[in-house]
Amino acid sequence: MNFLSLFVLVPVLMMGGLFLAKTLKQIRVVAATGASLLLALAVGLVFAYLGERAAGNTAEMLFTAKSLWYAPLHIYYSVGVDGISVAMLLLSAIIVFTGVFASWSMGFLEKEFFLWFCLLSTGVFGFFISIDLFTMFMYYEIALIPMYLLIGVWGSGRKEYAAMKLTLMLMAGSALLLLGILGIYFLSGESSMNLLELARAYIPAETQYWLFPLVFVGFGVLGALFPFHTWSPDGHASAPTAVSMLHAGVLMKLGGYGCFRVAIFLMPEAANELAWIFIILTGISVVYGAYSAIVQTDLKYINAYSSVSHCGLVLFAILMLNQTAMNGAILQMLSHGLMTALFFALIGMIYGRTHTRDIRELGGLMKVMPFLGVCYVIAGLASLGLPGLSGFVAEMKIFVGSFMHADTFHRVFTLVACTSIVITAVYILRVVGKILYGTVADEHHLTLSDANWYERTSTIVLILAIAGIGLAPLWLSDMIDGSLLPIIQNVKL
Amino acid sequence: MDYSNFIYLKEELSLIAVIVILLLYDIFGSKKSLNYFQPVACLLVGVHLLLTCCPARAALAIFGDTPVADQVNAGVYPLLSGMYNLYPLGSIVKSILAIGTLIVFLQARNWLEGERTIIRRGEFYLITLFTLLGMYFMIAAGNFLLFYLGLELASIPMATLVAFDKFRDRSAEAGAKYILTAIFASGLSLYGISLIYGTTGTLYFTDIPAALTGSALQVMAFVFFFTGLAFKLSLVPFHQWTPDVYEGAPTSVTAYLSVISKGAAAFVLMVILGKVFGPLVEQWQAILFWVIIATITVANLFALRQQNMKRFFAYSSISQAGYIMLGVISGSTLGMASLVYYVLVYMFSNLAAFGVISIIEHRSGKETIDDYNGLYSTNPRLSVVMMIALFSLAGIPPFAGFFSKFFVFAAAVEEGYYWLVFIALLNTVISLYYYLRVVKSMFINKNESAIAGFRSDGYTRLGLVACSAGILLLGLLSVVYGEIHHYSLGW
Repeated sequence: MNFLSLFVLVPVLMMGGLFLAKTLKQIRVVAATGASLLLALAVGLVFAYLGERAAGNTAEMLFTAKSLWYAPLHIYYSVGVDGISVAMLLLSAIIVFTGVFASWSMGFLEKEFFLWFCLLSTGVFGFFISIDLFTMFMYYEIALIPMYLLIGVWGSGRKEYAAMKLTLMLMAGSALLLLGILGIYFLSGESSMNLLELARAYIPAETQYWLFPLVFVGFGVLGALFPFHTWSPDGHASAPTAVSMLHAGVLMKLGGYGCFRVAIFLMPEAANELAWIFIILTGISVVYGAYSAIVQTDLKYINAYSSVSHCGLVLFAILMLNQTAMNGAILQMLSHGLMTALFFALIGMIYGRTHTRDIRELGGLMKVMPFLGVCYVIAGLASLGLPGLSGFVAEMKIFVGSFMHADTFHRVFTLVACTSIVITAVYILRVVGKILYGTVADEHHLTLSDANWYERTSTIVLILAIAGIGLAPLWLSDMIDGSLLPIIQNVKL
Repeated sequence: MDYSNFIYLKEELSLIAVIVILLLYDIFGSKKSLNYFQPVACLLVGVHLLLTCCPARAALAIFGDTPVADQVNAGVYPLLSGMYNLYPLGSIVKSILAIGTLIVFLQARNWLEGERTIIRRGEFYLITLFTLLGMYFMIAAGNFLLFYLGLELASIPMATLVAFDKFRDRSAEAGAKYILTAIFASGLSLYGISLIYGTTGTLYFTDIPAALTGSALQVMAFVFFFTGLAFKLSLVPFHQWTPDVYEGAPTSVTAYLSVISKGAAAFVLMVILGKVFGPLVEQWQAILFWVIIATITVANLFALRQQNMKRFFAYSSISQAGYIMLGVISGSTLGMASLVYYVLVYMFSNLAAFGVISIIEHRSGKETIDDYNGLYSTNPRLSVVMMIALFSLAGIPPFAGFFSKFFVFAAAVEEGYYWLVFIALLNTVISLYYYLRVVKSMFINKNESAIAGFRSDGYTRLGLVACSAGILLLGLLSVVYGEIHHYSLGW
């Protein structure tokens, strides 16, 4: 068996283990072991991948394996990874690992929580290892549905409304996607669901023009494409901590990755012709998300809108269709995934202590819980793009890449998107100043404790990853660059 | 007369044997021995199922007739001078229906052991098997006469089943409604068939296509014929009877009605549309196009507001029939395979859901969605079974419903029905909303007075486990679909 399948097998085995677990301790042991195993697998994969490349293996996808599943529709269970999916798998493994520790003490129904959490991870990992459209789509949907119960049961605030809205909007997106996939399958004339084979086939241009928007919007809904982003603030705000982390950190990346891997890779002509429409929409996402974050008072809403802005930037960069910007897009996915997970983890920890997320009721937390305070500052700085942290590398590449286009349209929109950096600084510094410094807002807060060991584990791992990307981005960016070539060549035709 | 042909009628003959044995048992069995009626009935149906499942080729090889076996595998083999058709896919569908019936039997115990029904429990099994026999004839028919015979045999006893709880007003009312609509529908079909006979001069499926010219009268004949089956399938606008009958009938009967009867009708419709009305393909595709859109959309919109679980599932099953029709309209090999597979998956999902409804209704007498609030806290296993059934119906992976929906969509897209599939897909989102409503009430809503926890009896549990296993495995194991596809014929 191909070792990539372990990424799916481990969460499934975890579910089996959880099912048998009787006590809370057993549940925690299973979850922590499984998550650590996944993280180890992902790190191992990075080394194996780099090793293969260094040894001169130039295949588009490495570690490929396939076995026939549904012969009548040429559906294979086929897996394979390139630099981009390796990066995404690493991201997912980190977020799952830290997510488990962030939800160490759920309080009730732990078993069910972790069961759904594992199902969600199965979907996420499966999506990134698949190179078959059908299995990719299947994993995509597997990742969507646990969200409903995770938010509905363990969430807070208007959880039922948020869960339903999120599920229905994402399912509507996947409905478009399904039609797009069937269209690609039947109209490419290739009788294959394999991404690589489809990329070599020629889908007629007039077909591409209607398939591209279907697929792009279908994935774009998950990537918070304006005006289909409205599920995101409500969903993230209501979700429990680990789910917010996984959702904003990884699931939204499924959207970006899908747009890139399916929409742009398979339909390059339409991508070139229709990019402008989506550049306008994503431009709006970027700026609108940032402005909305300024006026929010709920910490989670602030971060949710900031995610809309940052994920908008991912799609924006992908649509620039050149190597620098796309590389930036992938880095941005990683960087945003990590820092947003850190944000949500910290917010969860703060909320768990103060029982409020309203920034007007918080203040001076740096004195009370210095560790969490410092972590929050680091996350904030990464988010506003401080050099040395991951955000800077990504945004730099994106804006340089998009400014490479010499025409007015692209340049104007690059400038517009650039303003988001300033706005980001405004809302991040506002929050940091308000909740961390100044006088303690509530007497009761003085008695609160700082982070405990599992919370520290989760935040430190994330901060290490963020700083790691910020300080040594080159190996990552090289790994991604090598895999971007086939896509760029396809786009340039 | 050459009696050797009867060997090939193994499905029908073994079912008749089962019926005769059960009938004698019911009449002559002592009161004490009748307590074992359910296990005996299940066992006999199981034996019959083994015979049916046994692939045609293997069965024929046992009797040493390999040339016929090859012919059967290659396509349709007419028997009894063309009256009866032997074809592998037909046997597959028959065994699917038999599996469904077996599960219904397993789940019926709770209800049948009630004080008012216990003296008549034998009738339930017998009448159900009679309707099953009628469906077998419909599937195997090579002539409109046999088809009509099967249709009547499947419809009229069904009305007595619907009215089985005659001491309950609702059940009696539902029985009356069912028999009136069923007879009306059969009448329309019969009128259509007579017009076909009038214009073509034959009732044999194989001879009719050559004589079909597409004249107005023939189109009218088709419309009448189609209307009759559409009643059975409860396609919009012929669906009005469904919610009332589903709500009034005993839950086990509702389950049988919503799955077995519907599945058989859908398959037969596809076979006849392809085999007999092939020359009128443009006309019936145009009709089906709008019928499908109306069925899926109207049923979904009505399902949104239902409170009673059985009415809710009535509308849900109407919309599911619309999805099944996507396989019919494509008319391809893929479409036929997808249809059969869809029916199989739908059967497991719906029977699981009805199994839960039935047992909860029996234990607590409650049947509205609000009564299910907080069910997970008291009956976690039943809630989980219900949830996977609902997810499967909504088409969520990794449950089998996802695969079956994908295949019918693929079949329709293959023939270029992009808009139709688009509308159907949007409707899956609506349907997800109402399926999630039930999930929400079971898992999320809090309830102080949730239905008390209980342990269900072994038979019911066996039935639910079988359904759950079907829902979980049918999609992931591609062999079932592969087998169905292998024997499917495009027309």
